Amino acid sequence: MPSTEVLGWLRTRFMPHIWCPGCGHGVIMHALIRALVELNKDKTQTVIASGIGCSSRMAGYINACTLHSTHGRSLAFATGVKLHKPELTVVDVMGDGDCSAIGGNHFIHACRRNIDITAVIMNNNIYGMTGGQASPTTPAGAWASTTPYGAIDPSFDLCKLAEGAGASYVARTTIANPKQAETFIMNGIRKKGFSVIEVVTHCHTQFGRKNDRRLPIDNYRYFKEVSVPLTKSKTMTPEELAGKVVCGEFVDKDVPEYTEQYAKVIESARKKG
Amino acid sequence: MFSDERDRPEQRPAGPTARDVAFWQGNTALAHGALLAGCNFFGGYPITPSTEIAEVMAEELPKIGGKFIQMEDEIGGIAAVIGASIAGAKALTATSGPGFSLKQENLGLAYIAEIPIVVVDVMRGGPSTGVPTKTAQQDVMQARWGTHGDHGTICYAPSSVQECYDLAIKAFDMAERFRQPVLILSDEVVGHMREKVTKKDPNKLKIVNRVRPSVPPDKFTPYEADPVTKVPAMAAFGDGYSWHVTGLTTNDWGFPTNNPSEIEKKMLRLVNKIDKGRKEIVEYEMEYMDGANVIVVAYGSVGRSALRAVRDARTRGIPAGFFRPVTLWPFPGEELARMALGAKIILVPELNCGQMVLEVERVIRGRSEVRGMSLVNGELFKPSAIRRMIEEVA
Ligand SMILES: Cc1ncc(C[n+]2csc(CCOP(=O)(O)OP(=O)(O)O)c2C)c(N)n1
Ligand code: SF4
Repeated sequence: MPSTEVLGWLRTRFMPHIWCPGCGHGVIMHALIRALVELNKDKTQTVIASGIGCSSRMAGYINACTLHSTHGRSLAFATGVKLHKPELTVVDVMGDGDCSAIGGNHFIHACRRNIDITAVIMNNNIYGMTGGQASPTTPAGAWASTTPYGAIDPSFDLCKLAEGAGASYVARTTIANPKQAETFIMNGIRKKGFSVIEVVTHCHTQFGRKNDRRLPIDNYRYFKEVSVPLTKSKTMTPEELAGKVVCGEFVDKDVPEYTEQYAKVIESARKKG
Repeated sequence: MFSDERDRPEQRPAGPTARDVAFWQGNTALAHGALLAGCNFFGGYPITPSTEIAEVMAEELPKIGGKFIQMEDEIGGIAAVIGASIAGAKALTATSGPGFSLKQENLGLAYIAEIPIVVVDVMRGGPSTGVPTKTAQQDVMQARWGTHGDHGTICYAPSSVQECYDLAIKAFDMAERFRQPVLILSDEVVGHMREKVTKKDPNKLKIVNRVRPSVPPDKFTPYEADPVTKVPAMAAFGDGYSWHVTGLTTNDWGFPTNNPSEIEKKMLRLVNKIDKGRKEIVEYEMEYMDGANVIVVAYGSVGRSALRAVRDARTRGIPAGFFRPVTLWPFPGEELARMALGAKIILVPELNCGQMVLEVERVIRGRSEVRGMSLVNGELFKPSAIRRMIEEVA
């Protein structure tokens, strides 16, 4: 049962939610709210942005300043919010398709700018909302409604993508470890810079149905089986790591943050002008 | 052409001083007009022939503590601008042809979620990349109907550098007043030519700012419209109100709805608030309309050629008249129809294959002959070409 503090962050007026019973997105929402409670955040100073997808509906259910934008574009909207009011805490919740297909360009540029936004990616390896089409994280060989003969394209490693593009905090876990999700989200929000937390989750309705993980519980078992802590993964061979989900904090560095850099621009423009 | 007193250039007994006037490019004037209107955020992506607007904003905004960001594309540009406006900024984006196409989806979000922003499209020719460095007026219908779904549109077309400056101010005022995007459809000629601009005195200028909620946060219903204006008060993120913005059709609480009467209420209000406020929005200019038998309807840069043509025709004794919609949308159709009563023919020269002529036909309803004139070679109409046509049809 969620605590009263957690319940205070829910817009029960928006309920019932649209998620299938057992969908992993709820677990992630709970972890996010626990992190916000733990960090003592103020609902009127916290922005939750999102794009379009089952995952993105989360914004509506959280009692904060919420911005449910267009498919893939939420980070660009969030960038405008944050740059105008850097004092706000900005979290962007998105699906794997939202983040890395249609929103891929905004994603890498938000990483590059290192703007102080925390991106929580709910990676269920599929387009849930539109009925189970392949996404850029659908594993090669997996079945989706648009890959009736099996997916042939290789998938993205979202954490490597974020690291390569310059994010200052990058971590991954699964919904089978909600406490770790909460900790990573908290660390991400604390970080002054762009943070990416990939939470591997499931869409039993669309992905599980076609790929032998029909029930939510099948997915939890599966995630427990394939999760490997980052430290242990370092001792494993690439063959041993195939099909595994490496969990941990991959990047945690202090680099100049965008809105702080812009404050310096203002300073020098004022001196000059 | 000026809708009210405050829009009139200052009348000073001693005449303008150097500090009151500038010699600017249309794009530069537009940027300075926006700044005077209170613009404190710009997000965009470079594209000819609009880029100078971004460049001026990049230089000027930080001086006043405002923010400029060059985004990764035009989609991001308008998204950042909408986000900033939701956080309380007065925000501008500027683009041209291909970029205007890219902005259409998010423009729709600003319409439905009722977010005030100003979007400039400095028109260039052709579908796709077309002719980036030449002028055109081919985006007139896209401005009206470019994003999917119904909505009211507010769109201005400047025909001089002074008007780029004045209409930038008006555009911000209308965006704030009606809580929706306002478009400025400039064109390559107006954007790049240089003319004298009489600056407005910031101390005497009254600018419009969005109505803020007057109720405490727990009583705030984000989309409950004012019964008179049909426009809801708008909180800003960070102001102490927590509320939901979405592109889904919502009820007054801002919750997504599938309820037919709530859907209809929202849709009709989006359109009606503009219909109701038409008088505040619409501007037009007329010359030589007394007893005019041939009326030339022209907007933007073409308005300049047309006015000259009409004047020349008058000196030759032809009863020609000139009507220039400054507001393209809502189209000043009632006004035109009233003034054109009894005219034999209406000519509509435009730099496209016939877009606004359709609107003119619609409002004239066959009472006069309406004839379009198209020019799509990247050049501006020569006044003599329009004058010759006036002579031919008179
Ligand atoms: C521009 C645009 N293209 C397509 C869609 C349709 N669409 C809605 S959600 C979605 C995919 C969502 O997948 P993901 O982001 O992975 O989130 P999930 O639903 O799996 O949580 C798509 C393609 C849309 N809303 N907008
Ligand atoms: S379709 Fe999939 S992602 Fe969407 S709510 Fe159902 S289980 Fe979750």
